[in-house]
Amino acid sequence: MTIEDTHTMASKGILGRKIGMTQVYDDQNRIIPVTVIEAGPCRVVQLKTPERDGYSAVQLAFGETKPRRLNKPELGHLNRAAVPPSQYLAELRVDDTTNFQLGQTLSADVFASGDRVDVTGISKGKGFAGVMKRHNFHGQGASHGNHKKHRAPGAIGACATPARVFKGMKMAGQHGGERVTTLNLEVIEGDAERGLLLIRGSVPGPNGGLVFVRNAVKAGAHA
Amino acid sequence: MNRTDLVDRAALRDDVPDFGPGDTLKVHVRVVEGTRERVQMFQGVVIRRQGSGARETFTVRKVSFGVGVERTFPVHSPIIATIEVLTRGDVRRAKLYYLRDRIGKAAKVKEKRT
Repeated sequence: MTIEDTHTMASKGILGRKIGMTQVYDDQNRIIPVTVIEAGPCRVVQLKTPERDGYSAVQLAFGETKPRRLNKPELGHLNRAAVPPSQYLAELRVDDTTNFQLGQTLSADVFASGDRVDVTGISKGKGFAGVMKRHNFHGQGASHGNHKKHRAPGAIGACATPARVFKGMKMAGQHGGERVTTLNLEVIEGDAERGLLLIRGSVPGPNGGLVFVRNAVKAGAHA
Repeated sequence: MNRTDLVDRAALRDDVPDFGPGDTLKVHVRVVEGTRERVQMFQGVVIRRQGSGARETFTVRKVSFGVGVERTFPVHSPIIATIEVLTRGDVRRAKLYYLRDRIGKAAKVKEKRT
């Protein structure tokens, strides 16, 4: 099986806010750790087509807000689809936009129990982190004469050849606070009434953070 | 209000009796064997109760054939059929880990005098 076989484009997606984690029981009374996402309602703002935009995608709006928090171009853009003022916009790349209409409302029930999804969010910021936290280095010995180098990376290159440090060398630096996508998570429940999506396991980002859920593009055997 | 309460509320049981560390409990546990379901007892002293909300758990300790056995249950777990409180214990700690180091009569918890 090649990668091309299993890689598909998403067809469903929704924006939401991560509420937090908890646990639920399955039908065999086993505990399932779940992340609760307040998903939707999202409105379709724009349909992008290959003829006009060069690619096909659906633009979604989430998070109703006051009109004065948006500027005129933003308001005008939302008004064209008769969508109320919204805080966030995101695009979902799809093969075919005919399943969507302008102004259509998407709620948490686009996903059902058992679906596989990818969740994108901005990971929690860790600041300027050392190599142990940032790249899972092992650090150095606690004893054997080690002096103030317990969490240091060790050597970062050779000597006169090549006489430089290679690009991309794993070193300390900013960690977290970047866009992260977790693939192939299982949906436990999609509840449109309460607007909640329960996803097994953890998803990127802090509680209250914006997350984007789409159906899995590399589901493979799970599809 | 905790922000995951919307989900947790459905899982919370309202038939959990009031009990704490030191109390002796008889926990009726549902056991599924193939297709049959039966109820098993686990009787012992509560040595710990930790967590809150849907994630709260308690640990029951008993000595079985000279071997200490501890079992931790989620308070709101559906595998618990019922919880019977047999005696109330008179203890001064929230966590009774000191019982692990004691055997025989020293491992007994005084009963609360009412």
